[in-house]
Amino acid sequence: MSEALVASPAPAADSSASGASGARQFWRRLRAQRAALVAAAVVALLVLVALAAPLLTAIEGQDPTTYHPSLVDSARGGVPVGPLGGIGADHWLGVEPQTGRDLFARLVYGARVSLGVAIAATLVQVLIAVVVGVSAALGNRWVDQVLSRTTEIIVALPLMIMSLALLAIVPGSFPRPVLVALVIGLIAWGTLAKIVRAQTLTLKQLDYVAAARLSGWSTWRIARRDLLPGLAAPLITYSALLVPMNIGVEAALSFLGVGVKPPTPSWGQMLTAADVWYQAAPQYLLLPAGALFVTVLALTVLGDGVRTALDPRAASRLRVGTGRRGEARADAGTTAGTDLPRPGTPADGTKEATA
Amino acid sequence: MSGFGGFVLRRTLGTVITLFAISVIVYVVFYATPGNVAQITCGPRCSPAQVHQVAEQLRLGDPLYVRYGHFLQGLLTGQDYSTGTSVQHCPAPCLGLSYQTDQQVMRLILTKLPVSLSLVFGAMAVWLVLGVGTGVLSAWRRGRLSERVLTGLTLAGQATPVFVIGLILMIVVCGQLELLPFPQYVNLSDDPEQWAWNLVLPWLSLALVEAAAFARLTRSSMLETLAEDHIRTFRAYGVGERSVIGRHAVRGALAPIIALNANTFGSAVGGAVLTETLFGLPGIGQELVHAVNVVDLPVVVGMVLVIGFFVVIANAVADVLYAVADRRVVLA
Repeated sequence: MSEALVASPAPAADSSASGASGARQFWRRLRAQRAALVAAAVVALLVLVALAAPLLTAIEGQDPTTYHPSLVDSARGGVPVGPLGGIGADHWLGVEPQTGRDLFARLVYGARVSLGVAIAATLVQVLIAVVVGVSAALGNRWVDQVLSRTTEIIVALPLMIMSLALLAIVPGSFPRPVLVALVIGLIAWGTLAKIVRAQTLTLKQLDYVAAARLSGWSTWRIARRDLLPGLAAPLITYSALLVPMNIGVEAALSFLGVGVKPPTPSWGQMLTAADVWYQAAPQYLLLPAGALFVTVLALTVLGDGVRTALDPRAASRLRVGTGRRGEARADAGTTAGTDLPRPGTPADGTKEATA
Repeated sequence: MSGFGGFVLRRTLGTVITLFAISVIVYVVFYATPGNVAQITCGPRCSPAQVHQVAEQLRLGDPLYVRYGHFLQGLLTGQDYSTGTSVQHCPAPCLGLSYQTDQQVMRLILTKLPVSLSLVFGAMAVWLVLGVGTGVLSAWRRGRLSERVLTGLTLAGQATPVFVIGLILMIVVCGQLELLPFPQYVNLSDDPEQWAWNLVLPWLSLALVEAAAFARLTRSSMLETLAEDHIRTFRAYGVGERSVIGRHAVRGALAPIIALNANTFGSAVGGAVLTETLFGLPGIGQELVHAVNVVDLPVVVGMVLVIGFFVVIANAVADVLYAVADRRVVLA
């Protein structure tokens, strides 16, 4: 059953194997989707903000860690002084209740933590998944059995619970963002490894891999030259969906107080005390919540767009969904209904890849 | 039918092996780490004599497999714990003793379990109804404005972290509109009505995120089924649209929904930790966060094992249900 489940999201084996033309096709299909383009622009902007965080805060003239006790009213329990939570020329988005730290600075530095941790965790996941998945598919029966069983067990571990527990036993001296990325990466690679294994098994059957083996290439060389390019499509597709998931996990762990710890700012951490302050400083709640929402939404939409661009079958399903009724039925009848191996767009260029 | 029985047997065996493997992994990760395990287990305020006693209790002098064997034996047959002045017996599924609170971990978990089960299973009902309902509706209304609105809402739901939804719900419903009081857990046996009212917001916050995935899956598998030949045949015979959608297309989506429900159970358990912490529900999740913060190792290990147990069992049950819904699985 698991085989059937993981095989379905794996896109066409050879859609990316044709190198430059495959990449061009990918861009063309991605550009055809307006939502994905908007999402890509938002993601690019977020990455830019994260990279330029020191510059942006320098322009504002603030930093994320300095306390401003004069800007909070200690008599009223630490509510920011001034209207709207202390928004002004010096503090563009106001200050944090109680500590008076600059919110704009904490928000943009929080983008660094959020994106940095999520991307680093994704890289760890991809690395482990490729090593485990490819070794399982190419190794002998015992290697496959051991690796596949291990993967099954990893998949069964609840991510949040395991990372919470693991974070408890690591000494506090370890740099926290690195640790969170490592923990997420080390726990949540199982599903991707299953996809990689299934895809490698499919690729292994293809003629050009058989030809390479017959000409005496080493397994390592075949894995590197023939299999990795074919794995690119599912890897990109799935990691595009892993990044927003990892952002959510980091934010959740930091929200619970076990992820990224102060003074390092993190969006999840900013929300921890926000419910107490929502009347005096609503932006203390709305800014990190909005940032998380926009980031995860943009990455999810972009991830969907990437999948559609890489997988013609998903693209045809999409058309079924959005087309008008009569049209949709006719379209679906000719694509999803038939049992052809690759019923995507006709002018696909897939033939030349296998030739 | 023997094929089906064999499948269930194989799956049960696999579940037992997985549970065993998880217990080994968890034990090794938490009790074979570098550093003074006895000191960490006992807690920061322990005297050297107490630490020595803990080291003896955990058999730290023995090789790892003997220590694990001792741990497993305690789990299966129970164990006696000496607390210095008296001996405490910890009955059969013994997960050890919290040295910080002198409490048996299993007993602690059992007092917290009803809260977490109320939360997760209630939320499951909400996400199934809401998610599958939305999916069916948007497959039915495909191409129309209502479908686009539903798709947008689904995407927004999926992109909002559990604790953000919970925070906003709590602030708007309890704080601004004052429709409900801030949730406070009431036992089901004490007052079923108050129990439900106090859980409405936690259920919703936990379920909204998960419902999104169900809506998307239901919609896409229904559209796939609707494109198949036998549906065209039904339509050609004049079967009404309501019956085509409601009976035949939904059936095609059943097996994937069951599979997703098992996966979701695992992630909902993580979401429950957040929901419980946010709403102050005294469940396993809140206790786990507390134990992590004060580094109460026996409690952390016990909770991870119990939660892992539930998730693995849920997956096994889902696999069997999946096979009932789609008999082709048994042959594979």
